[in-house]
Amino acid sequence: MNPHEIVESALAQCTVDDMTVLCQEHSQTNLRWAANTLTTNGVMRSLDLTVIAVAGSGAGRAAGVASASVADVSDVTAIVERAEAAARSSAPSPDAADIVAGEASDDFAQHPAQTSPDVFSQFAPALGDWFGRAAGADIELFGFAEHDITTTYLGNSAGLRRRHVQPTGRVEVTGKSASRSRSTWAGRSTRDFQDIDVADLDTQVRTRLGWAERSLSLDPGRYEVLLPPTAVADLMVYQYWTAAARDAAEGRTVFSKPGGGTRIGERLTESPLSLFSDPQYPGMQCAPFAIAHASGSTESVFDNGLPLERTNWIDHGALSALGQTRHSADLTGGALTPMIDNLALEVDGASSSITDLIEHTERGLLLTTLWYIREVDPQTLLLTGLTRDGVYLVEGGEVVGAVNNFRFNESPVDLLSRVTGASTTEISLPREWSDFFTRAAMPMLRVADFNMSTVSQAS
Amino acid sequence: MTKQAPGTIDDEFLALPLQALADAALQTARDGGASYAAFRMERILGSSIRLRDAEVEGVNDTEDVGYSVRVILDGTWGFAADVDRSPEAVVRTARRALDVARVSAPVNTEPVDLTPEQAHQGTWCSSYRIDPWSVPQDDKIALLQAWSRQLLDAPGVDHVDTSFLAVKENKFYADLSGTVTTQQRIRLHPEFDAVAIDPASGAFETMGTVAPPVGRGWEFLTEPGYDWADELGQLPGWLVEKLKAPGIEPGRYDLVIDPSNLWLTIHESIGHATELDRALGYEANYAGMSFATPDQLGTLQYGSSLMHITGDRTVEHGLSTVAWDDEGVEGQMFDIVKDGVLVGYQLDRRIAPRVGYDRSNGCAFADSPGHVPIQRMANVSLQPVADGPSTEQMIEGVDDGLYIVGDKSWSIDMQRYNFQFTGQRFFRIRGGKIQGQVKDVAYQATTTDFWGSMGVVGGPDTYVLGGAFNCGKAQPGQVAPVSHGAPSATFTQVNVLNTTAEGAR
Ligand SMILES: [Zn+2]
Repeated sequence: MNPHEIVESALAQCTVDDMTVLCQEHSQTNLRWAANTLTTNGVMRSLDLTVIAVAGSGAGRAAGVASASVADVSDVTAIVERAEAAARSSAPSPDAADIVAGEASDDFAQHPAQTSPDVFSQFAPALGDWFGRAAGADIELFGFAEHDITTTYLGNSAGLRRRHVQPTGRVEVTGKSASRSRSTWAGRSTRDFQDIDVADLDTQVRTRLGWAERSLSLDPGRYEVLLPPTAVADLMVYQYWTAAARDAAEGRTVFSKPGGGTRIGERLTESPLSLFSDPQYPGMQCAPFAIAHASGSTESVFDNGLPLERTNWIDHGALSALGQTRHSADLTGGALTPMIDNLALEVDGASSSITDLIEHTERGLLLTTLWYIREVDPQTLLLTGLTRDGVYLVEGGEVVGAVNNFRFNESPVDLLSRVTGASTTEISLPREWSDFFTRAAMPMLRVADFNMSTVSQAS
Repeated sequence: MTKQAPGTIDDEFLALPLQALADAALQTARDGGASYAAFRMERILGSSIRLRDAEVEGVNDTEDVGYSVRVILDGTWGFAADVDRSPEAVVRTARRALDVARVSAPVNTEPVDLTPEQAHQGTWCSSYRIDPWSVPQDDKIALLQAWSRQLLDAPGVDHVDTSFLAVKENKFYADLSGTVTTQQRIRLHPEFDAVAIDPASGAFETMGTVAPPVGRGWEFLTEPGYDWADELGQLPGWLVEKLKAPGIEPGRYDLVIDPSNLWLTIHESIGHATELDRALGYEANYAGMSFATPDQLGTLQYGSSLMHITGDRTVEHGLSTVAWDDEGVEGQMFDIVKDGVLVGYQLDRRIAPRVGYDRSNGCAFADSPGHVPIQRMANVSLQPVADGPSTEQMIEGVDDGLYIVGDKSWSIDMQRYNFQFTGQRFFRIRGGKIQGQVKDVAYQATTTDFWGSMGVVGGPDTYVLGGAFNCGKAQPGQVAPVSHGAPSATFTQVNVLNTTAEGAR
């Protein structure tokens, strides 16, 4: 059965007032390696169906949601029945709304796109060669390459039919000296692996392990830091996840205004930076319509299919929007700005390359990545975490050696006000969150007074 | 809806063509030259109920049914997973697993060799009395709403977030050695989190229940055992007190740590640090490695001589408890730290021989039919001292310190040295007496220093099995449930940070 037929079959069985059906075909292939050898690998395919049945009308509308993997036609019937039974027995849904009207897109009946191990046909041999070169240079490589294609079919009883093909890929490599005393990392996100240049990754790993041949130790304290795009991405993605308008309006987040309401309109930084999402961002295109399997503070099952377009979350330094559903927009009186599956940060007038920015730094710490980022205090969005796989001291525009790792305690919202320099924006992989969020475009930021709270012995 | 006696495996799972598909897959693998082949079919039911201020925010029921074939061909792994349950599809999937092994051979420089395990045949069910899937959804929601409403109506409480998660996991495993096992596990986790806001300043605090996730059924909420009435009754008072509490003065304090907090410190600083695959470097690109390297086995002084850490996959109601793991190895119990010294690792069949073990201790687990089994955490627990003190006695023994209850924020570095934890509530201890709450507390230490400072370990009466549903590991990411037993324990002169001061400039 093709996914579009599953959607039509489910809708044809509808006996409640409204129904929205999401069918997603996933295919995935991956390679994992450690110490210059393969450790695990695999290919997998799955087909998942979510049925959102809506019973009742007006203030009495209730949604019932059921999700399951699908292997044959009888599974579809069982899922529809479960969703309908849940809708009929449920209390009215607080976020009840009309389902999203619309038309059938032309591509709806096309087959799902699928990936296979062939996506690695150039990458895998190049990786094998790299293992050989690395072993010869006393370097151990550890890493992961993954390619996933999810094709989403969304249909509802109001006639809307949408299809979206989402390729997601990444490669990450940790390089260690043979004694494992020096460590560095390189990562890229990709849609098809055609743009992955193993030689480029190799150069980055060797350069940085070279920098670490001279090691220095520094005490905890506040330092000017150069946050590379991957680290900026990890901080901004966490901030994005806490940017629910309803939570802010209720006084429960860093974006709450004391006394009530949200901080929308408030200037967060003098830096002319803008944080936004755009489903059409070149190289990180994502679904241009809302997809929700369950309701929560930033998504509603009733909103499935809502069109998405570029949204500025921070506009030239001022907070300009928070994540909304139709329900939360009603409650908070804000514009309807649903969350979107990519995130970009751009600084007006930034024209430096990453290399330029390092060369124009008098004294600072150049980081490689951040790791184990967790929320310590929601009031200020204070996050803790560690520097990982290389902290390099820059003096007079040059890297002079590697220093010890640190635990930091910092708020991404607060550090935006301490930006003293930025590079141009490039597509980058958020290392910590790449299991959930890979589509980020970020600059390198130079930030003053970054709080390195304690020293970590990890190397 | 299932109406079945506890202790019996669901008919819906047994009705799947388990043996027939296994036979087809294993025959294909054998014919293709595989030296090891395993067929694993799983059905995982998930139930999630989320309430916001006692109103239903989202309810979702999921069902994941699928299978995988894993082979070793000429010393290289191959793995393929699918959902199509036709005999042709399972043969195709087995061939794909063999293909994956062939394609991967050029990048595999270390032939895979598994430790032997005798063949097992059997069925096993985890220990529960009431299958949550036998309870009408409305009844579950009604109970959660009543308790949420009780919290919300209490003075000083502005919001209540409620979450209920339940999982039923069925696994069928068959391999070329003749092992055929069928298992069913149930686990659940109810959580209530109350929020108080000071309208004038905009300051807010939260206080969550510390009831652990458990390998039990719905009876965990409705029958004697866990004292929900007491915890829900006291929660609003604790919250209001916390909002008004003074911030901690940063410095060094003696800490009495409750099992509701200590389980997570055990998880991060011992559980993960003694996973052999991590110590060998298999996780180096993801969550990292471990300071507890195999060359220190038998010599590394992990902590004080009071420290006895065990790993097990056998404890009743444990979240990591199974009868057989995902490589067909029987569940076991073993020492990890004895008298303060590192004496063991958590193993699977591939990595066990790397440090000279001739049998795996049964820690292979895959979180879903589509994922490959890897070494995952056993229930890793700190053993109480047989005649150890009560928590109250431990508090009496502290002159200037804190009593820390409940877990919250956690973070540890890539070799499991430097960690920082917060908690739900922090009681100031002066002269052996509790003197009210303080707030904005985080404790930060290096693993061996911290465990080395453990001066008192509580008795069996203080012991609680805590844990988590959501331990992450590996790439692609896998999520595993695990329990950690802990008594209360006292740690001397631990570095305590004030989190507000950390965020201030
Ligand atoms: Zn974990």
